[in-house]
Amino acid sequence: MLKHSLRGAFVAAFVASLLSAPVMAQELTGTLKKIKDTGAISLGHRESSIPFSYYDDKQQVIGYSHELMLKVVDAIKAELKLAKLDVRLLPVTSANRITLVQNGSVDLECGSTTNNTERQKQVGFSNSIFVIGTRLMTKTDSGIKDFPDLAGKNVVTTAGTTSERLLRKMNEEKQMKMNIISAKDHGESFLTLETGRAVAFMMDDALLYGEMAKAKRASDWVVVGTPQSYEAYGCMLRKDDPAFKKVVDNALAKVMTSGEAEKIYAKWFLQPIPPKGLNLNFPLSTAVQNIYKSPNDKAFD
Amino acid sequence: MAYNWNWGVFLQPTATGDDSTYLGWMFYGLKMTIGLSLSAWVIALLLGAVVGVLRTVPNRWLAGIATAYVEVFRNIPLLVQLFLWYFVMPELLPEKLGNAFKQTNPIVQQFLSSMVCLALFTSARVAEQVRSGINSLPPGQKNAGLALGFTLPQTYRHVMLPMAVRLIVPPLTSEFLNIFKNSAVCSTIGLLELAAQGRQLVDYTAQPYESFIAVTVAYLLLNVVVMFGMRWVEAHVRVPGYIGGK
Repeated sequence: MLKHSLRGAFVAAFVASLLSAPVMAQELTGTLKKIKDTGAISLGHRESSIPFSYYDDKQQVIGYSHELMLKVVDAIKAELKLAKLDVRLLPVTSANRITLVQNGSVDLECGSTTNNTERQKQVGFSNSIFVIGTRLMTKTDSGIKDFPDLAGKNVVTTAGTTSERLLRKMNEEKQMKMNIISAKDHGESFLTLETGRAVAFMMDDALLYGEMAKAKRASDWVVVGTPQSYEAYGCMLRKDDPAFKKVVDNALAKVMTSGEAEKIYAKWFLQPIPPKGLNLNFPLSTAVQNIYKSPNDKAFD
Repeated sequence: MAYNWNWGVFLQPTATGDDSTYLGWMFYGLKMTIGLSLSAWVIALLLGAVVGVLRTVPNRWLAGIATAYVEVFRNIPLLVQLFLWYFVMPELLPEKLGNAFKQTNPIVQQFLSSMVCLALFTSARVAEQVRSGINSLPPGQKNAGLALGFTLPQTYRHVMLPMAVRLIVPPLTSEFLNIFKNSAVCSTIGLLELAAQGRQLVDYTAQPYESFIAVTVAYLLLNVVVMFGMRWVEAHVRVPGYIGGK
């Protein structure tokens, strides 16, 4: 009896494999295989990167990058022909995001992560989803117009960001004698600026507009200065996983070239957004228009 | 797991062009951790000894104030206390004084806030050790001191404290070790001590494992040194006839 049923099972499996072979021409590997096997995908998101990836007042993750990430998830689900795909959300910080992607806790992270050559040694990046310039936020009446005005002053930036690196470098190279404060997140950086500990806050311009939208009186603050660098944000995924990267890239390219991305942009940067219903009024830059027109995964440095 | 190990990263010059290697950053952080912890520990010992003694005196008012002190600093999480000292305190000071503090070099602000915070937090814990040391003495010792004609402060000074302090060396070792580990909390306000430098290294080099392993080893070595130092002290001040004494 047992032998019979075993043989039956083998035959059934054999037939099934024959039938499915043409559909799955290629053996799945890496992240795609993991997603298919477990029926779940683990997404990394940020907690306070407004308007890219953050919690709204109901503790739901929302934002520009998050919306793009969900589009990618839809594409993965279609690609793997899954009827149901469990989406697990895991909050990440700028300090732990690379490790969490590497050790498999997070399969895909779309937030406000800059694609640069140093990080490419550890993780892979998708097509860029945004381009920012690093600038300054200061009080309207502070008299700070550009970076040279910061000499000898207290300046705040967020720890672990490219702005921190650029600011320290500028301080050394031009002997500006700035006192640089590295706060642990953007909210704390802004608090440092607001309480008068620093005269200016250097950060990605889009995030500065995001902090401005949270301020008690947005009109007290202004974003100034020549951008010190341009940076491309990308979604992080594991290195050397070309099959998965291709699915993610194609999904993003489709959203961007179809004009859908522009609508998503307008929703997060030109219209009132949660939690306070404020409008960032951050016009679409030519750099972002360019990546929408011809999606690519190039880093700027 | 696909990870590129690169231990040579510590010898690379930093990306900010400040004539230092990443190892140099780690040493800077280590010096900051040691300086912060030791200065906070000295304050904590002095304050803790005073408050601990006050908790055992017969005067109900003094004992009450000391108890309140201990409960406040022992029961508020360290991180919250740190934020109170760093963010809230300058706003409560008269505006001129608060602004003057906020305009000083941020490293000085961060160091002072951290030192005061760690010192007061630890002093509450030291006070409890001192109190338990004093209470563990047989009541006969105090009575003998008073019967010999010592005043109460003299009895504390010459009879009870010399005994109590020697008895509490082992639990104080734990507190001393704790202050080094607790100092890592101060990285949250931007003080570049050991833990913060480790995190910076991750940001700058994208080599998280090397950085965290180096930080772990540094804390471990630091605490091993402290432990052996305290063992030596313990062995030299043991009270003969008491537990562990010869």
